[in-house]
Amino acid sequence: MLRYTLKRLAAGAAMLIALSMLVFILLRLAPGDPVDAYIDPMVKMSAADMARLRAELGLDKPLPVQYLIWLRDVLHGDFGRSLQRTGEPVLALIGSRIGPTLLLMLSGFGIAIIFGLIAGVVSAVKRGSVRDGTLLAVAAVGVSSPAFLTALIGLYLFSVVLHWAPSGGMLTPAMPFSLHDLLSHLILPALILAFYQSALVTRYMRSSMLEVLTQDYIRTARAKGVRENRIVSHHAVRNALLPVVTLIGSTLGLAVGGAIFIESVFNWPGMGLLLVNAVELRDYPVIMGSTLVIGAWVIVMNIATDLVYAVIDPRVKVS
Amino acid sequence: MLHMTDMTEARPAPQTASGPSAEPTLRVRGLTTVFRIGRREMPAIENVDLEIAPGETLALVGESGSGKSITSLSVLRLLPGAISRIGGGEVSFRDREGRVRDLVSAGGEEMRRLRGNHIGTVFQEPMSCLNPVHRIGDQIAEPLILHLGLSRRAAFERVVELLAAMGIPDPARRARQYPHELSGGMSQRATIAMALACDPVLLIADEPTTALDVTTQAQILRLLQDLQKTHGMAMLFVTHNFGVVAEIAHRVAVMYAGHVVEQGRVADVFRHPRHPYTRGLMTCVPQPGDALALRRAGQALPTIQGSVPSITDRPPGCPFAPRCALAVDACRAAVPAMEDTGDGHLSRCIRWSEM
Amino acid sequence: MTDLNVETAIAPAPRRKVARRGPIVRALGRFGANRYAMTGLAVFGLTLAAVVLMPFVWKDPNGIDLLAINKPPGAGHPLGTDGIGRDVLARLLAGGRVSLLVAGVSTLLSTALGFFIGALAPFGGRFADAAIMRVVDLAMTLPPVILLLVLASITGPGIVPTIAVISLLSWPLLSRMVRSRLLELRERDFIIFARGAGAGPWHLVMRHGLPNTIDILVVYATLQVANAILLEAGLSFLGLGVPPPAASWGNMLNAARSTVVLQSYPWQWMFAGGAIVLTVVCINLIGDGLRDAFDPRADLE
Repeated sequence: MLRYTLKRLAAGAAMLIALSMLVFILLRLAPGDPVDAYIDPMVKMSAADMARLRAELGLDKPLPVQYLIWLRDVLHGDFGRSLQRTGEPVLALIGSRIGPTLLLMLSGFGIAIIFGLIAGVVSAVKRGSVRDGTLLAVAAVGVSSPAFLTALIGLYLFSVVLHWAPSGGMLTPAMPFSLHDLLSHLILPALILAFYQSALVTRYMRSSMLEVLTQDYIRTARAKGVRENRIVSHHAVRNALLPVVTLIGSTLGLAVGGAIFIESVFNWPGMGLLLVNAVELRDYPVIMGSTLVIGAWVIVMNIATDLVYAVIDPRVKVS
Repeated sequence: MLHMTDMTEARPAPQTASGPSAEPTLRVRGLTTVFRIGRREMPAIENVDLEIAPGETLALVGESGSGKSITSLSVLRLLPGAISRIGGGEVSFRDREGRVRDLVSAGGEEMRRLRGNHIGTVFQEPMSCLNPVHRIGDQIAEPLILHLGLSRRAAFERVVELLAAMGIPDPARRARQYPHELSGGMSQRATIAMALACDPVLLIADEPTTALDVTTQAQILRLLQDLQKTHGMAMLFVTHNFGVVAEIAHRVAVMYAGHVVEQGRVADVFRHPRHPYTRGLMTCVPQPGDALALRRAGQALPTIQGSVPSITDRPPGCPFAPRCALAVDACRAAVPAMEDTGDGHLSRCIRWSEM
Repeated sequence: MTDLNVETAIAPAPRRKVARRGPIVRALGRFGANRYAMTGLAVFGLTLAAVVLMPFVWKDPNGIDLLAINKPPGAGHPLGTDGIGRDVLARLLAGGRVSLLVAGVSTLLSTALGFFIGALAPFGGRFADAAIMRVVDLAMTLPPVILLLVLASITGPGIVPTIAVISLLSWPLLSRMVRSRLLELRERDFIIFARGAGAGPWHLVMRHGLPNTIDILVVYATLQVANAILLEAGLSFLGLGVPPPAASWGNMLNAARSTVVLQSYPWQWMFAGGAIVLTVVCINLIGDGLRDAFDPRADLE
């Protein structure tokens, strides 16, 4: 198990390095001289000054060398500085945003997985019933509704019309921290994130369950006189979970995309908001740093998925 | 063929089935199962009559699509209710305590208590019949815990005994393994152990050896025979292989297009088939040497002209009439009744006496 | 024991004449019988017709009515007006045009890109194949929106950059599917035969690859239209896609990022949101219908 984990981690690290190369090259392709970002347009600079600055920043070296320098700095924990006035280190910026994002995503996923799995099982077992139809319809709307729209509608409905939830942010400003305050801000964006995710999980689980319920071993269980409830809970669900775990893993990784819009609508101070603002201002070091962190998250989710899979499927040999 | 019929004769008839007083374990009368296809309802099997005494093996033989598996699943009431229903007839089953129940009118819960307890079942494809995520031992223990109320520990001990009785070496280790760690033959032994765990009075074996290689087939058949002798249970053995019929069964029922067309003792049916379909099969089934001789002579294997009618376009009369050399107008008018040709040898052919 | 098998004793069934139709015709027949897919097709057709034809007869999407600013739906402006007095219905229709144009063009581009990359990979030798597939893996590691943002930060906003960004982003999944289908095919006899007969890769890809992957392409392209609509809307919503004053469904939603609009003038964004969901649901129904119709297992029923 340990060796398997290490192997997967090494592959993930290689992936991350390749990813950093891709993003580095892409951002260097951006129009405009990167050195412009470092100079104040109000101050007039001579060509010699420009050349000196370029050399100082290492921008006169060939691209691969620039990449290696950048990589060396990153490995030393130096992601560069934001191009904004404040010039904060990128690592500090990311560090302050990663907690809120994890909080939002994990609570959203938690709700989505629990709800989606249950709904998928119910829907498959009661196939063709009114309950199945309702769940399917809701799930169809769920997977077709983009996060920015459900976020807007959720905000409008529960905050503006019903006044059930605060209109954004993570904490009430100028108030001492309280868990209640945090949760009241968290619940709406987390539920909205969960809406799309649970719709996906419901569909995956339903079709996987339907497939499993036609298997010979389910008929064997019936021939043994096993109760229907136990057939579902003991014989079907675990088998149905196998393919779903992989799908859940990859969607959870990719769900950062949806989280960006939700953070943006709810003004949730997370990675998504950081990235969107950085893109608007073309703050390349921040884009680079947050892209890498998000890529790392996706890769870690994929590895976690493989490990969970190895645990629940006895056929996977991990030793 | 002869060497095989000899074998059948050599097998002693079950003592319990010999006297006329012996109550059958399973008596099927006029069983009809209907499938819903689109908006229409089609009978998949019609008017099936079967009887199996304790200690007796009845082979149900036929091509795929003849309704033999539908028959066994109807008896077990395991057909999906969404697409099928039992259209008529009765299935009387004498349970271990000697009570006779009608399985057609039995409720779901009553059936559940019978299955795996009084009625054991073995299916084709042992690999896919075992749940891949549970240990072999746990799967065999399930009916013991469920029906007999054994503790987990007691059930496990019983599982090890059962596996040993199935001829599985190192049973305690095997019980802790997962299905993917077992070979095909080993898996089938495990599913047989599962079917026999609660000591059923009826074993339904639906093509239990079809998916296995020839050597393993022979071993599993011998195992089933031995087990039947020691347990004295009735066995309904579904197969499409006449060699297997000769090997294991006392009596045979031949199915064609949803009907039982001939039924009788294996020796009688093999020696004097009283239905053109059975006779056709007898001449078609090659002897080991025949196929080679025919190929050398440049001749094809003998076959019956035409093909089995599908469930949606069965003819109104005798289902075999379109392919039958003996067919007359009366055959096409109505499905012939089952007639006794003597000594319990039944045929659903109006011209049986001319054969 | 000898295998005296009843099955082998029966002559291979001489099938009654079944009308011999091509697999594509049969698939389209099944598609036509799918109620959900046909409903989706009908509603999508109506939307498309409205978006293409209505701007000719309805108001100018950029025409400003200073007497009607932030007017709720009512006479003269059935869906109300926005903050500078533009007619919301006119903008919705014009926006639909832009959204569907972006989606349509980027789908064509990414389908072509995905097909050729996926088709050339197996024919282009082992090294090219491995290299291409690593790039595909890489591109699929990041959530699409993230790559979209990175690319958008390079290109800047605009209709053409938006199309380019969405096309560049969407091909990897398709090329992976095309590649695995063609790898299966390559082992089959007729391709080996064609290769033996001296066919070049171009001929192989167009004459054998295209007809054999047409089902994948059709289903992918359909679902990709929905995907592209969502990507465009997402980008424009963040202000990184189609820039004003041109309307698109996404940048109409962008207005709702202002709390005042969100709270007080819901008609300015809700209709655009509704249009997106309706269109995407319809296209997904069509795509699912096509996928089921092309499923080879459907023939077995």
